[in-house]
Amino acid sequence: MLEIRNLHVTVDDKPILRGLDLTVMAGEVHAIMGPNGSGKSTLAHVLAGREGYVVTAGEILYLGKNLLELAPEERAREGIFLAFQYPVEIPGVANIYLLKAAVNAVRRHRGEQELDAMDFLVLVKEKFRLMDMDESLLYRAVNEGFSGGEKKRNEILQMAVLEPRLAILDETDSGLDIDALKVVANGVEAMRDPDRAIILVTHYQRLLDHIRPDRVHVLAQGRIALSGGPELAQELERRGYGWVEAEAQKMAGAGAQ
Amino acid sequence: MTNGTRGPFVNGVLARFAEEHEGLPGAALPWLRRVRSDAIGRFAELGLPTTRHEDWKYTSVAAIERRAFDTPFDASSNGLAERALARHALDGTHRLVFVDGRYAPGLSRLDTLPAGAQVGSLAAAIAARPDRLEDLFVADDEAPANGFTTLNSALWADGAWIDLAPGVVLDMPIHLLFITTRNDLASFPRNLVRAGAEAGVTLIEHHAGPDDASYFTDAVTRIVLGKGARVAHAKLQQEGRRSFHIAAIHAEQAQDSRFGSHAFAFGGQLARSEIATRLGAEDCEAKLVGLYVGSGRQHIDHHTCIDHAQPRGTSREVYKGVLDGAARAVFNGRVIVRPDAQQTDAQQSNRNLLLSDSAEVDTKPQLEIWADDVKCAHGATVGQLDADQLHYLRSRGIDEAAARSLLIRAFAADTLEGIEHAALRARLESLLPGGLPEAA
Repeated sequence: MLEIRNLHVTVDDKPILRGLDLTVMAGEVHAIMGPNGSGKSTLAHVLAGREGYVVTAGEILYLGKNLLELAPEERAREGIFLAFQYPVEIPGVANIYLLKAAVNAVRRHRGEQELDAMDFLVLVKEKFRLMDMDESLLYRAVNEGFSGGEKKRNEILQMAVLEPRLAILDETDSGLDIDALKVVANGVEAMRDPDRAIILVTHYQRLLDHIRPDRVHVLAQGRIALSGGPELAQELERRGYGWVEAEAQKMAGAGAQ
Repeated sequence: MTNGTRGPFVNGVLARFAEEHEGLPGAALPWLRRVRSDAIGRFAELGLPTTRHEDWKYTSVAAIERRAFDTPFDASSNGLAERALARHALDGTHRLVFVDGRYAPGLSRLDTLPAGAQVGSLAAAIAARPDRLEDLFVADDEAPANGFTTLNSALWADGAWIDLAPGVVLDMPIHLLFITTRNDLASFPRNLVRAGAEAGVTLIEHHAGPDDASYFTDAVTRIVLGKGARVAHAKLQQEGRRSFHIAAIHAEQAQDSRFGSHAFAFGGQLARSEIATRLGAEDCEAKLVGLYVGSGRQHIDHHTCIDHAQPRGTSREVYKGVLDGAARAVFNGRVIVRPDAQQTDAQQSNRNLLLSDSAEVDTKPQLEIWADDVKCAHGATVGQLDADQLHYLRSRGIDEAAARSLLIRAFAADTLEGIEHAALRARLESLLPGGLPEAA
């Protein structure tokens, strides 16, 4: 579903990703782990098409298409969803309005009929129950005055409503207490589907206690330094990131020679 | 202030006064003749303000000065007024329509009014019962003036007269619709509103004209609120894009009264509104809200003045601007807290959204605080659309143009707060920048 080859990305002329390769198949859940500054969030932003992230080399194929040619909204309509690490507050735009506009943008793109108000409400309310969210948040401005946990839940709620093909969760676990973490994890687990891929970007192992990934990758120095099964996450929890970074440096050194 | 300029405009209106004043309303009333002739004398001295006047520093009226608006009034508008009315009428209102500055009874519609409510043409009221109006005009004579308000005092031909006896509350708003139909026409609407003790009314002062005509409107509205009165004034400025619109709204508040002002400015090539209220007794409230939307080369100016003269007054002021193209806006928010006005609570904010590099705004809070036990806050911002918000919306599948519209609309929409009348609210929603949202 997603194939990233030799991806190089700079931000403000500073190289952040330096030759990243990653292949994700439909039905899989991948965890991207790594120390702060390793480029995890950059990868998430590049996939969503954030301005200011400049791809200097490499390519990203999504469902066989060149993803880098698509505007952010086109990516969303093609089924890519990024749950933001820092969800944006939008005063004056009701949550329900954003949800409906988003759902119908995707449906129009697929040539499907737009949902009428009634069907839409039924769908959204079901997802609100799944995310254990107060329905009053539906009529509030997007993320405005939401607690940290409410914002993260709201991201997963949007994901559940939009049913993307490829979901990327950027540090969704950060700042969540254990109850909220469980709710979020349940929401993500409910999304697991043979036609869908999920990428979890996370610093810690704890989200992976609740969502078992098929593959775990460690990002260091802007590339995948190590990949493995779920047991790799546990090893990282025990040993920290230091040894992976040391390995990566050795590899980079060897590559330079 | 004798440094005004004199050009085709000033010469034109002086000649017009000389020709027409015998035919203006109240020409047979000695006191009104005196008010008018004093005013034209003062105007001859003042001329039009120039940018050397502090209050007009950012708004040049040179484009008005260069023009003689000399199209004579003609009662037939060839159906233009009817078409404008069809477009601008608001359901659920009493309606007074003025075409090219004169009352148009055939287009107006007054439903049953409660006893004690006088609503109609000012010219008719002057003819029928001048005694009731004299004190208002004389008080007006002493109000702060500039060349434009003075000119209005000299040349007004009609406007609305609304007089509510104590305790009379109108359920339906009164829609005052001023339609201009002709190129090169100058009109001088004058509205007088007196709300007795505990009386209440909502006014919608609405100015409109065609985009292909260049004309001039010089409007003055004066509102006197009795003890405990409630007056809401909504101004809807939809003048044609080549027009000049200069207006003043002055309110005078008695004890416990509440004055609400909404000012929505969309049209005009050069438009300026002065909105002033004097909290002249204890425990008054004033709320001033405004939205100005400019594009192309429009120039839109709002000067507000909230004068806290007595204790325990509360004022809230929120003005917002959305400017595109090479539009320019001016906001000057003056708040005076006089020595006796202890325990005043005044808040003011002005926020501006610039959608292009060439748009410009001059915003100036002007707080003059002479009392010590007061709460006063103000803030002004000028910014662009938020890149993070735009990206967030786009990342959810909303295209860039729609995302921009949505954010612009969201910025402007809270100026509609407090507008409860359904038809007015719907009209304003349709006029908000960003366009109508897809049904959500």
